[in-house]
Amino acid sequence: MTEYEKLDDFPLTPITTTPSSANKTGGWRTLRPIIDEKKCIKCYMCWKFCPDVAIDIVEGKPVINYDYCKGCGICAHECPVNCIEMEKEAI
Amino acid sequence: MGERIMVTGNYSAAYGSKLSRAQVVAAYPITPQTTVVEKIAEFVSEGYMDTKYIKVESEHSAMAACIAASNTGARAFTATSAHGLALMHELLMWACGARTPIVMANVNRAMGPPWSVWADHQDSVAQRDTGWIQFYAESNQEVLDMIIQCYKVAEDPDVMLPAMVNEDAFFLSHTYEAVELPDQELVDEFLPPFEPKEKLDIDDPKGFGSLVMPEQYYEFRYKIAQAMDNARHKIRKVDKEFKEKFGRGYGGLVEFYKCDDAEVALIVAGTAASTAKEVVDYERAQGRKVGLARIRAFRPFPYEEMRILAKRIPIIGVIDRSITFGFGGAMFAEVKSAIYNSEHSPAIKDYFTGIGGRDITPAVVTIIIDDLYNVAENGLDKEIVYVDVIGGDL
Repeated sequence: MTEYEKLDDFPLTPITTTPSSANKTGGWRTLRPIIDEKKCIKCYMCWKFCPDVAIDIVEGKPVINYDYCKGCGICAHECPVNCIEMEKEAI
Repeated sequence: MGERIMVTGNYSAAYGSKLSRAQVVAAYPITPQTTVVEKIAEFVSEGYMDTKYIKVESEHSAMAACIAASNTGARAFTATSAHGLALMHELLMWACGARTPIVMANVNRAMGPPWSVWADHQDSVAQRDTGWIQFYAESNQEVLDMIIQCYKVAEDPDVMLPAMVNEDAFFLSHTYEAVELPDQELVDEFLPPFEPKEKLDIDDPKGFGSLVMPEQYYEFRYKIAQAMDNARHKIRKVDKEFKEKFGRGYGGLVEFYKCDDAEVALIVAGTAASTAKEVVDYERAQGRKVGLARIRAFRPFPYEEMRILAKRIPIIGVIDRSITFGFGGAMFAEVKSAIYNSEHSPAIKDYFTGIGGRDITPAVVTIIIDDLYNVAENGLDKEIVYVDVIGGDL
């Protein structure tokens, strides 16, 4: 957040040069999705349903981006072969 | 001198956006606004307007598109009515906070239910606190002129706020009147291209309107309040400049009609003023000195003008064409509060009428004037009355 001393120094509306992706939201997570690669059938339903776009396809496999995954568990719920386990985040 | 044409208020609004060289128009059709954007679509498709016309699926999206366009430095225009305006509510707030000087024509239509397409001011009055400059027009000419004036006020670096020109459904929107189209060359001289200090640039990406902490939020809102106060002066100045250039002026925030020696005065906004002025003339011919003040700008509110009126006139009747359920009408409340801390305290009475397109006829205006003289003789009995309604007061 830019600091301003005088009212005239404030712009008309707040202007940011960093995208909101600079704010890593993975810290909000209390449950961590873990994909069992052996059971995964590469249907990409998890990738499609993730509301945070926190699952990437890397070399054909779904990979969770823990920088942004909030641990909502939608991927685990949607997985047709139940290969995603939600594990408690260690304190 | 410009060309004189016969047009509806809606076409007049479309011509206003064309003469102002609006670069982006995003709109969704709604009765009775539809012909505004229909005419603009025709101007664009036939090459009379160099404008990006964005068809959207809702008014919420229309305003979102206008905000983004304005953020890139484009002059944006839209038009809506009633439920369309209500659906825009969130984005009206955003347009103000993002300081995007969008100009919008709103065709004043009653809110449902009961379902209605006819005129009252409930839709726009309900948007009072969104940070939009609000004007109420009396004629089709004023609709056009105010769109041009509004861009000049809104885009002023000391203002940078969106502005709304309201026109009464059907009384203006679908009624033909002779309107003078100012010469494009003169409008271009009057209204230079929009050049905001900050704009979105794909080569230098930035986010506008981003999160701030409580340590800063208030300052941004305080600046909006100051900008709205600045608009008060700019409106008067721009109206004078407009008159010098085009020969027509409207008196700034308020038009005073025969108020100098008045014993009682009516305060009214929109087309009802035309009827009321006729009645004022008739009453004066009969020996009753009646005056009228037409509120043109509802935001910023003309409190200084109201205090001038209070100084001269002991009895004031406010006609409210919308209801603030729970206590009186918005116009009444604003007029009364504008005057309260001044040294003069005229009797002020609120008259609800013209709701949902019901005509405010000369007979209705006469009932109100008779009642004001009754207040003059017997004192203020009841502050808020409902006129020309079954079971009402008058």
